[in-house]
Amino acid sequence: MDLSSINPILLLASLMVAATPILLAAIGELIVERAGVLNLGVEGMMITGAVCGFVVAVSTGSPWLGFIGAAVGGAFLALLFGILTQYLLSNQVATGLALTLFGLGLSALIGQGYIGIKAPSFPDWHIPLLGDIPIIGPIVFQHDPMVYVGLILVAATWWFLHKTQGGLVLRAVGENHDAAHALGYKVTRIRILAIMFGGACAGLGGAYLSLVRVPQWTEGMTAGAGWIALAIVVFAGWKPWRLLLGAYLFGGMTVLQLNLQAAGLAIPVEYLSMSPYIATIVVLVIMSAGRAPRSLGRIFHASR
Amino acid sequence: MITLEKRAGPSKAWALVTPLVAVALTMIVGGILFAALGKNPFETIRTIFLDPLFSEFAWFYRPQLLIKGAPLVLIAIGLSFGFRAGVWNIGAEGQYIMGAICGAAVGLAFHPMESRLIFPLMVLAGAFGGWAWAMIPGVLRVKFGTNEILVSLMLVYVAEQLLASMALGAMRNPEGMGFPGSRNLAQYPSAANLELIKDSGMHWGVVAALIAVIFAYVTLSRHIFGFQVRLAGQSPRAANFAGVNPAGMILICLGISGALAGLAGLFEVAGPAGQISIDFNVGYGFTAIIVAFLGRLHPIGILLAGGLMALTYIGGEIAQSNLGLPGAAIQLLQGMLLFFLLAVDMLTNYRIKFGKGGTV
Repeated sequence: MDLSSINPILLLASLMVAATPILLAAIGELIVERAGVLNLGVEGMMITGAVCGFVVAVSTGSPWLGFIGAAVGGAFLALLFGILTQYLLSNQVATGLALTLFGLGLSALIGQGYIGIKAPSFPDWHIPLLGDIPIIGPIVFQHDPMVYVGLILVAATWWFLHKTQGGLVLRAVGENHDAAHALGYKVTRIRILAIMFGGACAGLGGAYLSLVRVPQWTEGMTAGAGWIALAIVVFAGWKPWRLLLGAYLFGGMTVLQLNLQAAGLAIPVEYLSMSPYIATIVVLVIMSAGRAPRSLGRIFHASR
Repeated sequence: MITLEKRAGPSKAWALVTPLVAVALTMIVGGILFAALGKNPFETIRTIFLDPLFSEFAWFYRPQLLIKGAPLVLIAIGLSFGFRAGVWNIGAEGQYIMGAICGAAVGLAFHPMESRLIFPLMVLAGAFGGWAWAMIPGVLRVKFGTNEILVSLMLVYVAEQLLASMALGAMRNPEGMGFPGSRNLAQYPSAANLELIKDSGMHWGVVAALIAVIFAYVTLSRHIFGFQVRLAGQSPRAANFAGVNPAGMILICLGISGALAGLAGLFEVAGPAGQISIDFNVGYGFTAIIVAFLGRLHPIGILLAGGLMALTYIGGEIAQSNLGLPGAAIQLLQGMLLFFLLAVDMLTNYRIKFGKGGTV
């Protein structure tokens, strides 16, 4: 084993990249859950986003269009979930699971002819001046644009939830949908919008995997990333900034175990590969201190 | 203007009809999908749903129906207890794998000794493996309030890695020329879960599934525990007043589903699959979730739903080889079935009213 082959700067830089797909999916799910809806279909929306993004990017040659396609695909799948849970009043847990199973099948079907193709490259930005700072530059300021989109989304989500009226209404709907309904807010419409936003974000996260991180399409490539995003929302106590911490913690774990694998640590590869999942469980056990939105997962039916 | 009006209680008639409506809708939309893929929709639907039962090669496919259906029913019966009580174990796939690993470990440890006691011991070990794996989310939920959905699912990925490590390392066949995978248990008489009646597909897993159905039916309709499960799911507060211990309920529900999933894994590894290999698990644990819901969480319903799901698996394989239908289309069809079921489920709990509803 040769631990000196691990470069700490590269490690920290790739941590940000590894955290981004989960961060993107988790920020969407955070909004959904703050609106009082539990969508367990993140994994399904993510993988659908991954395949939609890949197909669009390959056929147009533009990764940017790919990301837009992924967001649309994810939002469309989320809309199915929204119609079922909000208008047909189905059980959210069961519908979320159905969405994941459906998404896995759908993505495999769409992606059939795209296995083994390489995605159009998405060059890293070298941000002038900031990117030239020693150590910090390569870690923080020399990434592809989507890393920064993720960070901006976190900031924007915090700002929206806590500084705007729309955010206040969204939180009210999540805390007590009956009271919000009595105040005249359109509970169902707000939730549908939140669910679609969540789907679009999950789609972006998935596309980040297939277009930047891997960058290829393989069936089932999300490998539980959607579920980890769900776990990180719980870990973060439904607060945007803590989400960042959770995603980086997880990203760090993933990158570290990959580096240890490459360095030839004496632990079998399988045990290293399972470590991110075990870490997620450990983190859930010791740090799920936050309070869930009161109406989370409850069915809203406006009675007269 | 269409409005929904909540029924006083779930409609019994609709509860029976909705699964059939969902299947019909799935066939229609599935047919459109197949047509979009350039296949003849009628031929494809017939291949998937009828050919395994009535074609000239049905004698070959009917036993497959039992082989594929048994693990689905066994796992879904276990899940139905938890789903009724609001305990969401969605990691049955992991418990299935652990049951197979533990059961196979016992069998492989005794190789090449012959004894009548080995198979029963393997069955116990299989059930224990699944039970123990399900106890992890159970204990964490009870002690620390950790979400059992996420933990049980994370453990699926851990179990898959463990399976790979077993197939490549500890359990690898010493006489297997270095290929991954364990010894073939089906060729080791004391450990083999062979067909009980030749060419019927009937193995011990099928027997176990039928026993589980009967056991679940009696428990749910006649035993105080069944009543408590239903109460805990419908009204946790009322269940509390009735003296139902919530922690105990969580542990028992997860324990039952884990043990049954473990059993399913053991019967599979000792019979149809034969060995521990990297690609041993094929998603029965997830499909069983669909089976449980499609069967309305009712034992008899699950039995029928398990049969239907097994049919789509086998029919899907036939359509794949005969018509060139992509395998993913079947997976999509199964997911669609659950979607439609959840959508039409609304009719059991709500009444549709047209026009402006009256004022209260």
